Amino acid sequence: MNLLDFARGPALKVAIAVFCLGITWRIVAFALLRIRRDMNRPRASVLKFLGGGLLTVGSRSWPHREFIGRTGAGEALGYSYHIGLFALVLLFTPHILFLGSLFGVTWPGLPSSLITVISVLTLTLFLAVLFRRVTNPVMRMLSNFDDYFSWFITMLVMVTGLAATAHFGARYETLLAIHILSVDALLVWFPFGKLMHAFYIFPSRALNGALLARKGATS
Amino acid sequence: MSLFNEQLTVGESLRLHGISRRGFIKFCTAAASAMALPPWMGAAMAEQLHQAPRPSVVYLSFQECTGCFESLTRSFAPTIESLIFNVISLDYDDTLMAAAGDAAEAALTKAMKDNFGKYVLVIDGSVPTGAGGAYCTSGGRSAVDTLREAAKGAAAIVCVGTCSAFGGIPFADPNPTSAWPVTAIVGDKPIINVSGCPPIPEVITGTLLQFVSTGQVPDLDEHRRPKAFFGNTIHDRCYRRPFYDEGKFAKSFDDEGARNGWCLYELGCKGPTTYNACATIKWNGGTSFPIESGHGCLGCSEPGFWDKGSFYAAQSSAEWGKGGAPSPRRVLEVGGAAVAAGAVLGVASAGVSRLRQHRSEQNTADRDKKEG
Repeated sequence: MNLLDFARGPALKVAIAVFCLGITWRIVAFALLRIRRDMNRPRASVLKFLGGGLLTVGSRSWPHREFIGRTGAGEALGYSYHIGLFALVLLFTPHILFLGSLFGVTWPGLPSSLITVISVLTLTLFLAVLFRRVTNPVMRMLSNFDDYFSWFITMLVMVTGLAATAHFGARYETLLAIHILSVDALLVWFPFGKLMHAFYIFPSRALNGALLARKGATS
Repeated sequence: MSLFNEQLTVGESLRLHGISRRGFIKFCTAAASAMALPPWMGAAMAEQLHQAPRPSVVYLSFQECTGCFESLTRSFAPTIESLIFNVISLDYDDTLMAAAGDAAEAALTKAMKDNFGKYVLVIDGSVPTGAGGAYCTSGGRSAVDTLREAAKGAAAIVCVGTCSAFGGIPFADPNPTSAWPVTAIVGDKPIINVSGCPPIPEVITGTLLQFVSTGQVPDLDEHRRPKAFFGNTIHDRCYRRPFYDEGKFAKSFDDEGARNGWCLYELGCKGPTTYNACATIKWNGGTSFPIESGHGCLGCSEPGFWDKGSFYAAQSSAEWGKGGAPSPRRVLEVGGAAVAAGAVLGVASAGVSRLRQHRSEQNTADRDKKEG
């Protein structure tokens, strides 16, 4: 068994298993946590309570008008690289075929040359995100190993993918194997680091919004 | 006994056949060009070959289908005739030689004895070692014994075809004859692998020609293949490559994309991970190659190509070893078990958390009661 066979064979299988196990573990544990009972009388109906949750998912996904000057650039950066990542993962034909081999469903992709342009742009945005994190004193204070490692492993996947597409630095199959191994590593890390925000972000916003709505506050 | 029982130099042999020196230099230049050697190598090869006695070549066939030899006979530059009549002395080849039985075995013994340490040993086919080597015998000897004996006096070994180079189909799972490539049996000789199922004829003759003319093993890659022929992937040199870059892929072998010559990546073409000269030298005198004929590359010149899953699974597909590519059902099995285990862990974690929360609240209540 060569490195490529290992990367997309046993290593991928283990990575998918760890990913599924970790994601379910954290979601179930989170969902079953006991929320401290609020003894106050509800200030809103059940409908408003639920609506408040949903509204918060939307409102927190957009910069607040009052702070747009300060947070707008950061949010634009965040949105841009997330869209880039989305395109790279879901609209590159080899990726579609990879996902198709796992789930049996495929869809049209973008031209490879356009994907290469998107990769370079997304990589640049990723570097900008890191620059912002280390130069902004508040963000630097808030950051820990988890933030940097999550950034690193996502970046690694993109760099190795770009190298594999460009046949840069080694033989294609070696580069492809390294790329798939980096994806395997990302899948293993995903549930246990801050990448888990992909699953937590909307439920946590909804819960916060709902709890605030119960108290009669808008968020 | 030799098939061509003349101890002539290559130059003498050429003169006998009415080939001029100028014609021979042109032939060597063409061969050097095919091997991507520097321009001056053509003249140097011609000079070297002209003065040298025709080197003895012993061609042994083991566990194989003779497809590689069939391929060799279709070489255009150099042709098999010009190679064996003018450049080498093919002293043993059980497919071509007229002799049979004891006479053939005697030819082999004589060639090995007379040219000990100087002959080129060409091996075609894998070497079965199961049942004491009984799966492949010739003249009462097993392939593995014949190989070991023939290898002792060889200047170099050229493994023709994926079977002798990497084990090929006989080596594929479950390998019922315990077949091995030559490199697993012989470790003390220079070995050049000319892989392919079959290899491109010009790659076989070109490699032989380069070795016999220079006396040196050419630059090899990590699989011991000549870099001149195996230095690039088929994908890199494929005329359909621009369509890959444009994201234009044939979805089936008879759709509009296929008719327009679009990339066959989605149909399982192994060109991106296959190192060979198919896209440049091509087959049948440069007529075409499999991708040009509408079928994806099978990756036949790579080790273990037979065990790498479906020929029709895209290169970026996941491969889960035995049983081939993962299906949604297999993903569901692996993922489902992991999800179940994760759910159990989640429930247990939440239980522990709630217990701690409960104890903490109780402690607070007890403390409040004491204080209050």
